[in-house]
Amino acid sequence: MSFPWAKHYQPTSAVGKWMDERLPLPRFVYNALGPGYPTPKNLNAFYNFGVLAGVALVIQIITGVVLAMHFAADTRVAFDSVEHIMRDVNGGWMIRYMHAVGASFFFGVVYIHIFRGLYYGSYKPPREMLWMLGLVIFLLMMATAFMGYVLVWGQMSFWGAQVITGLFSALPVVGTSIQTWLLGGFSPDNATLNRFFSLHYLLPFVTFGVIILHVWALHIPGSNNPTGIDVKSEADTVPFHPYYTAKDFVGLGIYLIVFAAFVFFMPNSLGEPDNYIPANPLSTPAHIVPEWYFWPFYAILRAFTTDFLGVPAKLWGVIAMFASILLLFLLPWLDTSPVRSNNYRPLSRILFWVFVAVALALGVCGGAPAEEPWVRLSQVLTAYYFAHFLIILPIVSKLEKTKPLPGSISEAVLAKVGKGSGGAAPVAQPAE
Amino acid sequence: MASEARQATADDLTPGGERRRDFLYVATAAFAGAGVVPVAWSLVNQMNPSADVLALASIDLDLSAVQPGQAIKASWRGKPIFARHLTPQEIADAKKVDIASLRDPQKLEDRTKAGNEQWLITLGVCTHLGCVPLGAADGEAKGDFGGYFCPCHGSHYDTAARIRKGPAPKNLEVPPYNFTSPTAVTIG
Repeated sequence: MSFPWAKHYQPTSAVGKWMDERLPLPRFVYNALGPGYPTPKNLNAFYNFGVLAGVALVIQIITGVVLAMHFAADTRVAFDSVEHIMRDVNGGWMIRYMHAVGASFFFGVVYIHIFRGLYYGSYKPPREMLWMLGLVIFLLMMATAFMGYVLVWGQMSFWGAQVITGLFSALPVVGTSIQTWLLGGFSPDNATLNRFFSLHYLLPFVTFGVIILHVWALHIPGSNNPTGIDVKSEADTVPFHPYYTAKDFVGLGIYLIVFAAFVFFMPNSLGEPDNYIPANPLSTPAHIVPEWYFWPFYAILRAFTTDFLGVPAKLWGVIAMFASILLLFLLPWLDTSPVRSNNYRPLSRILFWVFVAVALALGVCGGAPAEEPWVRLSQVLTAYYFAHFLIILPIVSKLEKTKPLPGSISEAVLAKVGKGSGGAAPVAQPAE
Repeated sequence: MASEARQATADDLTPGGERRRDFLYVATAAFAGAGVVPVAWSLVNQMNPSADVLALASIDLDLSAVQPGQAIKASWRGKPIFARHLTPQEIADAKKVDIASLRDPQKLEDRTKAGNEQWLITLGVCTHLGCVPLGAADGEAKGDFGGYFCPCHGSHYDTAARIRKGPAPKNLEVPPYNFTSPTAVTIG
């Protein structure tokens, strides 16, 4: 967002001037991430996670391109070529673990990013497009991660491919044709592995393209902030650089320390041991589960066990699983409260944390075997998941009595500082 | 309307109220569309099963060594096939069931070949999401109905491999096959 007080780009060198008149790329960066982009000054640590997600994607692309130099997408050698990377390729074990653990971390930061947006109402006008583009990125991430997991061609890879493409067979009339088309045959085989490799390479670049739109859409209204109120004056903002570039680098440092700890000391803690068994089309592992970041959606899929309203249980599960994400596209129109941040919505804030607990519990159910009490529990939680968005939020957002909003971001910051230190601390103002 | 004094142009309206230029627009767009569709289709169609996958021929199974109560697994089109030699008890159990009570009502006779009722040949693919049910090999759980049990989401099949309990919508599929001798079949 270009507020009137945004700094203007002035090329300082002759080369800079020459460039600015021909391709103003430095000006573009200055206005997007530099001092030309005033940002609310009260952003907390949860606002780091967008940058972390971007870094996670870059790590995946770089390690992924490197792995593709040594991986062979052929069912006869795929599993062995991964072991070849682990044993023979210089540093291959580390790059492979970075890519595998990196996927988990990518989803981890994206989930925090999404819940940040849910809490502070970052999906509300004028940021609906930003929100919806984010959901598109999320869907692309899930498709990419699924196909990447298949490439290893272990037992979980094979049976995951069987089950996830099997979802499409639940669709009436065209279902089986779609499944056959996706697999390139009647069961997961070489044709499947081959095309998944091609698409697993393609989709991250599509994701990257959508991220550019996502960041563009962010820069039109500018960042939301923990108060949820709009920027009113220069006192509410600081220039993005150096204030938030510095803060983001601190967050990134912490993130990379945790990431490295996983890569070096517990690289397999987030994965399934069964994927170290080569794919066997004649035998299914007793307990097949997807990767942890799919568990909540897997629980919703499995929650439907009986046919009703003339629709088979299998199709209900598939519809519900896809609906659980597609529903989020409607969120800006389901939550109609004019107050964005849950800091000023007492009832909605409680419901938010209930929803977080429900989402986590759905994850636990999705990772558990399809037995009681997990099936019953996932049914209750699935019902709540949909009720939260379709019934509870619309009603609460109409009836709730919200707390008074601060007059400005600055006022909220000053009130907080005053409370925290007895009102004596001088307030840091960005140097002009 | 075109006056007699000037030449008719493509912008003039016809008696039907259209311009001759409209036809050019529609025809050009239709031609472009007609060109895009087959190109798009060929890009989609390349992902359908290729000739070598479709050419996967039939397989021959020798059943002579399979004793009553035993089953063998074979692979056909990348999918497991279960060939089970039913015991008289299993046949009796399968016939005893009230057909109307089944989710996917089929008699044992519908699922086996006349005169070879003791041979139950099905795909070993759970009709829920495609896992391989247990129960074909010795010592595997056969589920609550003495047939097959799918470990993925807990579907139980009976001695005629019919769905009895769990999320699967259909009975285990019977592939097309024919007996070439009393103890040999060709599948596919």
